[in-house]
Amino acid sequence: MAKIGVFVCHCGENIASMVDTANLVAAISEHPGVEICLEYKYFCSDPGQETVKRAVREHNLTGVVVAACSPRMHEQTFRKACAEAGLNPYMLELANIREQCSWVHTDKEEATEKAIEITRSLVEKVKRNNKLYPISVPVTRRAMVIGGGIAGIQAALDIASAGREVVLVEREPSIGGHMSQISETFPTLDCSQCILTPRMVEAVQHPNITVMTYSEVEEVDGYIGNFTVKVRRKARYVRMETCTGCGDCIQKCPVKKIPSEFECGLGNRSAIYTPFAQAVPNVPVIDRSRCTYFKNGKCAICKKTCQIDSIDFDQQDTIETIEVGAIVVATGFQVQNTSLYGEYGYGRYKDVITGLHFERLASASGPTAGKILRPSDGKQPETVVFIQCAGSRDVSKGVRYCSKICCMYTAKHAMLYAHKVHDGDTKIFYMDIRAAGKGYDEFTRRAIEEDHAGYVRGRVSKLYEENGKLIVRGVDMLLGRPVEVAADMVVLATAMVPQPDAKEFAKIIGIGYDEYGFFNEAHLKLRPVETATAGIYLAGACQSPKDIPDSVSQASAAAAKILGLFSREHLEREPVVATVSDSTCAGCWGCATACPYNAIDQRDITDRNGNVIKRVASVNPGLCQGCGTCVSFCRSNSIDLAGFTEKQIFAEVMAL
Amino acid sequence: MSEPFEPKIVAFVCTYCTYAGADLAGTSRMKYASNVRIVRLPCTGRISPMFILKALQKGADAVLVSGCHPGDCHFAQGNYHARRRWTVFRALLSFTGIPEQRIRFSWISAAEGAKFTELINNLTEDIRKLGPFEQYHELQTVIETQATY
Repeated sequence: MAKIGVFVCHCGENIASMVDTANLVAAISEHPGVEICLEYKYFCSDPGQETVKRAVREHNLTGVVVAACSPRMHEQTFRKACAEAGLNPYMLELANIREQCSWVHTDKEEATEKAIEITRSLVEKVKRNNKLYPISVPVTRRAMVIGGGIAGIQAALDIASAGREVVLVEREPSIGGHMSQISETFPTLDCSQCILTPRMVEAVQHPNITVMTYSEVEEVDGYIGNFTVKVRRKARYVRMETCTGCGDCIQKCPVKKIPSEFECGLGNRSAIYTPFAQAVPNVPVIDRSRCTYFKNGKCAICKKTCQIDSIDFDQQDTIETIEVGAIVVATGFQVQNTSLYGEYGYGRYKDVITGLHFERLASASGPTAGKILRPSDGKQPETVVFIQCAGSRDVSKGVRYCSKICCMYTAKHAMLYAHKVHDGDTKIFYMDIRAAGKGYDEFTRRAIEEDHAGYVRGRVSKLYEENGKLIVRGVDMLLGRPVEVAADMVVLATAMVPQPDAKEFAKIIGIGYDEYGFFNEAHLKLRPVETATAGIYLAGACQSPKDIPDSVSQASAAAAKILGLFSREHLEREPVVATVSDSTCAGCWGCATACPYNAIDQRDITDRNGNVIKRVASVNPGLCQGCGTCVSFCRSNSIDLAGFTEKQIFAEVMAL
Repeated sequence: MSEPFEPKIVAFVCTYCTYAGADLAGTSRMKYASNVRIVRLPCTGRISPMFILKALQKGADAVLVSGCHPGDCHFAQGNYHARRRWTVFRALLSFTGIPEQRIRFSWISAAEGAKFTELINNLTEDIRKLGPFEQYHELQTVIETQATY
């Protein structure tokens, strides 16, 4: 027999001034099943909560309704009070008679009547509440970081330094990511390699970090605290265990003229190669598609050269299965292919390059050893035009968002150019200069004032070659007239876009992505590091365009979230999950297709001899987030959602 | 002339968007018609057409279903399921003779207290004009007196 206690809060005057609480108490007291109904000025106060607890104990209440503010406000408060009084905390409902009644109505009689109905319907609901217990899930206290750029490295180091194991997975032969391609970094002009390489080495040598390079994640299963990840370790054809990284094989390899991906095609590599000199690990890989041995079985010079016999042409891809409790996705970005803009001539003229090409030209370890030489003839350009927003903030052809870093790196490029070519001339076509960040505006001012960067506000409409010069035609909006510049080299501030396979990867790992393919956070403002899938976190430019400081901050934030998760052996989850009735489930799997979290599996019911009698749906409480979509989908009413069961809701509706 | 008719409206809303939007209307002290009764659910995906029919049977003159905007669902896809279900359900409604105006489907985010207020006021006004849903309520009486369980 239900014994419900109802507690009507005045909330000072907030409720009492618009709802006749005496009337409310009188009406509710007579409702069947209501054992006690009290009113008080502030039930959320200490004496108020004491009153609730005392009533629960003295009357042996089986359920509690607090008619007060929104459950979003004080549900936890009163759940705790119930628990302290020995009542299951889920035997409580809050009747929202403040935000959704007293505050929004002006007629006391109407408001009182509405408050009575709201409270009554929740009394009917709470009569049908079930005792629920938090779900305890064990946690595998090992993390996986996917992507070995600066964000991934930072996250891995932070987690590992706190004493937890980390597996860092990178699909390229070396960790380092885009940051390793950059020459100098804004706003300090630190050499990128100089600050990054020590971090790379630290990561690979850290006792708690397992670095898997040339490896890709193929499958992710499981849920927070208990993920199973399948990683494909691609065949390097070089034995990691024995290779010393002497580089003899690279020297001797006869296939040399392969455009280097790392150098953005400005330099060459051989068929056996490390992407760059400081690669970590310093173990080469053989590019099977270009290697003569793999083409016709001849050559094998590398094998003959290697003094410790580390070349192994018979190596195969291997799949490793790794158990982890949490995952950081730090898969980074790509630069947009700007050849879609015919007017800029990218792809048509060799001397129209992207910002990333310029980084390689300016890098001391790059193909020109840091000299600014134009790709077509290797001459030093005397006039360089920079075009900002080449793809970004373009509704019609490019991407709608701002790529965030281009204003800063263009200013940096203009500075680096001025430092290397003293009598050179720069023109920067821009729409706006966005230099929000610590030391950023000062940096762009410095480019203008000290390094004479020639900013022109306006867009470029046409670019063509004439007498060995690139003629850039545009408009100067501030002067209101057309401009024409004869340039030797043009640098496009290309948009940052998601990795080309970002959407497929998002589906593999089970996270959301936006219209472009950037991964979605759980909440843009308040949960920017988590994804909507519990246990999977984001770091760096895979979420949105970011610069290095932002990527590093987010990586550390993701690490902090994971360390919080790893601070306990078990984690407790709200028990609002779906359950299946085995006896009525017909095994149509409609629920499984409806579930956004892949939380529904098939389960065999066997007799005592182990013969399968029936196959039914089964909800994994670790994965289930409690949305209830499966419940309304189920044709045979075999699934129900704890806390919001069919019985509870029908009772609630019928009492209204 | 008799008293103006005051409809009863039952609203099924998700806790993450529309319920929070209704709370915001409250904390902003916006005013709206007192005819609406809100039933809180985790997600619009949880809303079964049976809830709507039951509400109409039990005396509601109109039903509101409201959740997060497409793409904003806390549970990723729940509101898409709700939308699809609504499309099918709507066809069934017109087949059974339930006027479509009595059921309103909308998206209201946690930031749209003003939109919630406006929606409730408009809906209430529309249903006042439409009058009580007596045919259906009478049907319920018939079911209750004749049915043998």
